[in-house]
Amino acid sequence: MNIHFSEQELAFRDEVRAFLADELPADIAAKVRLGKKLSKQDHQRWQAILHRRGWYAANWPLEYGGTGWSVVEKHLFEEECAAAGAPRLISFGVNMVAPVIIKFGTPEQKAHYLPRILDGSDWWCQGYSEPGAGSDLAAVKTRAVREGDHYIVNGQKTWTTLGQHANWIFCLVRTDPEAKPQAGISFLLIDMESPGISVRPIITLDGAHEVNEVFFDNVRVPVANRVGEENDGWTCAKYLLTHERTGQAGIGISKAALAHLKEIARHEVIEGRPALEDPLLRQRLAEVEMRLMAVEMSTLRILARAQAGGVPGAESSILKITGSEIRQAISDLARRVLGPHALPFLAEELQLEHDGEPLHADYSVAPAAQYLNLRKLSIYGGSNEIQKNILAKAQLGL
Amino acid sequence: MDFSFSDEQQMLQDMLSRLVREHYGFEQRDQVRRSAPGFSEAFQAQLAELGVLAVPIDEAHGGMGGSGVENLVVMQELGRGLCLEPYLESQILGGGLVQALGSESQREALLPALAAGELLLAVASEEPRTHYRPEWTETRAERAGDGWRLTGRKSVVIGGQAAHRILVVARTAGEPGECDGLSLFLVDPAAEGVQRRAYPTMAGPWACDLTLEGVMLADDALLGAAGGAFEALGHQLGHAMAAQCAEALGSMQQACELTLDYLKTRQQFGKPIGRFQVLQHRMVDMTTELELATSMTILAACVADEPASQERSRQLIAAQHVVKRAAQFIAEQAIQLHGGIGMTWEYSLAHHARHLVMLGHRFGDDDRHLKAYADLLEAS
Ligand SMILES: Cc1cc2nc3c(=O)[nH]c(=O)nc-3n(C[C@H](O)[C@H](O)[C@H](O)COP(=O)(O)OP(=O)(O)OC[C@H]3O[C@@H](n4cnc5c(N)ncnc54)[C@H](O)[C@@H]3O)c2cc1C
Ligand SMILES: Cc1cc2nc3c(=O)[nH]c(=O)nc-3n(C[C@H](O)[C@H](O)[C@H](O)COP(=O)(O)OP(=O)(O)OC[C@H]3O[C@@H](n4cnc5c(N)ncnc54)[C@H](O)[C@@H]3O)c2cc1C
Repeated sequence: MNIHFSEQELAFRDEVRAFLADELPADIAAKVRLGKKLSKQDHQRWQAILHRRGWYAANWPLEYGGTGWSVVEKHLFEEECAAAGAPRLISFGVNMVAPVIIKFGTPEQKAHYLPRILDGSDWWCQGYSEPGAGSDLAAVKTRAVREGDHYIVNGQKTWTTLGQHANWIFCLVRTDPEAKPQAGISFLLIDMESPGISVRPIITLDGAHEVNEVFFDNVRVPVANRVGEENDGWTCAKYLLTHERTGQAGIGISKAALAHLKEIARHEVIEGRPALEDPLLRQRLAEVEMRLMAVEMSTLRILARAQAGGVPGAESSILKITGSEIRQAISDLARRVLGPHALPFLAEELQLEHDGEPLHADYSVAPAAQYLNLRKLSIYGGSNEIQKNILAKAQLGL
Repeated sequence: MDFSFSDEQQMLQDMLSRLVREHYGFEQRDQVRRSAPGFSEAFQAQLAELGVLAVPIDEAHGGMGGSGVENLVVMQELGRGLCLEPYLESQILGGGLVQALGSESQREALLPALAAGELLLAVASEEPRTHYRPEWTETRAERAGDGWRLTGRKSVVIGGQAAHRILVVARTAGEPGECDGLSLFLVDPAAEGVQRRAYPTMAGPWACDLTLEGVMLADDALLGAAGGAFEALGHQLGHAMAAQCAEALGSMQQACELTLDYLKTRQQFGKPIGRFQVLQHRMVDMTTELELATSMTILAACVADEPASQERSRQLIAAQHVVKRAAQFIAEQAIQLHGGIGMTWEYSLAHHARHLVMLGHRFGDDDRHLKAYADLLEAS
């Protein structure tokens, strides 16, 4: 038994740290730390910096412009980035559709789409969910009818994260309405500039515009944009969902959030002393920190198994559940420690360009909105109830 | 023992319930919330006309002398509609403080106008470093000739953006952390040296921050004896906390109803999601919390009228703890059980959830009350 990283892995970590110290723009890191919204440009700037270093597509094989890193190296990279306050990568292109294209795409698709993801030419979004198909994803109804070299697509996607920035969307569409639900689905890549597509914002309870509805009205999509066989889209969908679930514990993000929470607690005052000295708050912090330690250790055990060639199985559901709960718990404490100062709802102050005097402190603006926003963690990516169903069935045989 | 409303109370509830339904549709509320003063002046006028604003005000001063139970009835309905009027802050807390601390002439000058809806009050009890505990007040009032000079900062004065007069807690003696030396002043927000910055809150209603820079006050701006406001303030905060429990209760009931309805109608995997046992049990947990919160809200409403005692404090703190925990649990689970829909601004559930969670930031969250109760436990 050895719970430590190897010399080589530690050297790699130092290299990542040095890179982040040199290259992560301070203004972007500050926004991330304070919970401010990042602009499309912020994301693109950071992606370009990573791309220059050859580290943007950390999860791709070397031959396509990836890093060829081991699972442990990938983990270290992600955790270090999060701890340093780097923006979380928008995964839809680089970490969702790209692995699908690499695994199931034609040579032409690979040659066309992958370089455009790498250099930031395309911004992708995910068109899985529909009003009637959430947890029950196989119920998608958006219809694609073959007409010569094209599919004619009609229907609606919803909850499309950052669809307002995207120029491409990957979709699950129904190509065979007669078949069993999972069997009649295809995986289509759709240009968002195609005639017949419209995007409508959905404002979430924190007042933010992060998700959208996407409508398809007789949209013509070349058959060449289908990945995998017709009616075999479910295979792509499932493959992608396993990718979506890795790194879900968000250990690095939680560590950074916890450090920031302690910083807030050093500045806020309860009963004449720094809030960090309040015994009950300390107890709450201790609870979440110990649990985070346990989830980190569990992540490492799963990583070590994967490093040795094992396939991550249902355990990743445990990481998703516990990781999301910890992030929610930290955001809950961050709002509480502010006392009454969490109340102002200054949606415009979450925007980057605002430089007015903060009401209380720069750190008091975001926590309540962030707490509300992070309710999503237990809903998307397979809700926590669905994760438990998976565990009950796959791990426990119930 | 009798846990039912009197005929009058029942009538009050029916009347308000109808009024709230008429004035507080989702769209109407969203319109009102968007712009100053942050509440519906038409609805407020209706409350005045129907005598609802007079309910908690003393009978000798144009009010109806309602008890904690009347406050419960009113606040529960206002909570159900997520109403944005500063009833709790102005009528219950503001009016209560004037009644408790004001001289007869101050009461006569303020309370009838308050009951009639001609005067709006707000209470400035929080500061950058008070964290729900007025004894940590730093704002100071010093003698200046016959009157007082007031200097300090007040945070998140709910309803303060529209109030005609603000009751400001300030220190005339002693140091932060001491209960002695706190005084209450009636401040005209239009006075020289007062700056207010208004904004909507996460809970729904609007609020403001106040900067007080050497504000000159006449001698009769002081309510009660100089330095002796702490006990009355504590007692009136007790009334306000009981009323806040009732407001939360109305909102929790709505959140539970909306969720139960959704469980019956939303279909996934070919059946209503309410057929999944895990969701059934979760809904039962929500209902159980609601039941306990109802009980504690009733307890709070009944003991609020009692004179100050350690037992009263304990019961009110316990009510706040139980209700606020229930409120957050119900808010979070209501969102979770709705899935993505629970997170959308355009659905009233999201606003109940925001309200239920964020009301923990006025008078203290469940953890603050847990700690407060634990402190009293030791003393008993
Ligand atoms: C902020 C946000 C961003 C999102 N981004 C995207 C995106 O970019 N692209 C995309 O395609 N989708 C996205 N989604 C959609 C997300 O994947 C769905 O919200 C999720 O799959 C849940 O579906 P639903 O919202 O329809 O809830 P439902 O499936 O209707 O679930 C409602 C409730 O029922 C429970 N439930 C459902 N089935 C069962 C069962 N069998 N057993 C027990 N409980 C059950 C759920 O856990 C939940 O509590 C996003 C969602 C959110 C909130
Ligand atoms: C100390 C003690 C004294 C008792 N005294 C008496 C007595 O005097 N006379 C008498 O007749 N009996 C007595 N009982 C028996 C008692 O009533 C049973 O234990 C009880 O009805 C549960 O049945 P079971 O033990 O067979 O558990 P099971 O019914 O097998 O239940 C096992 C578990 O499954 C759960 N479960 C079962 N069905 C469902 C469902 N549909 N949905 C979700 N969960 C479910 C249960 O909640 C439990 O957690 C006693 C039991 C105990 C422990």
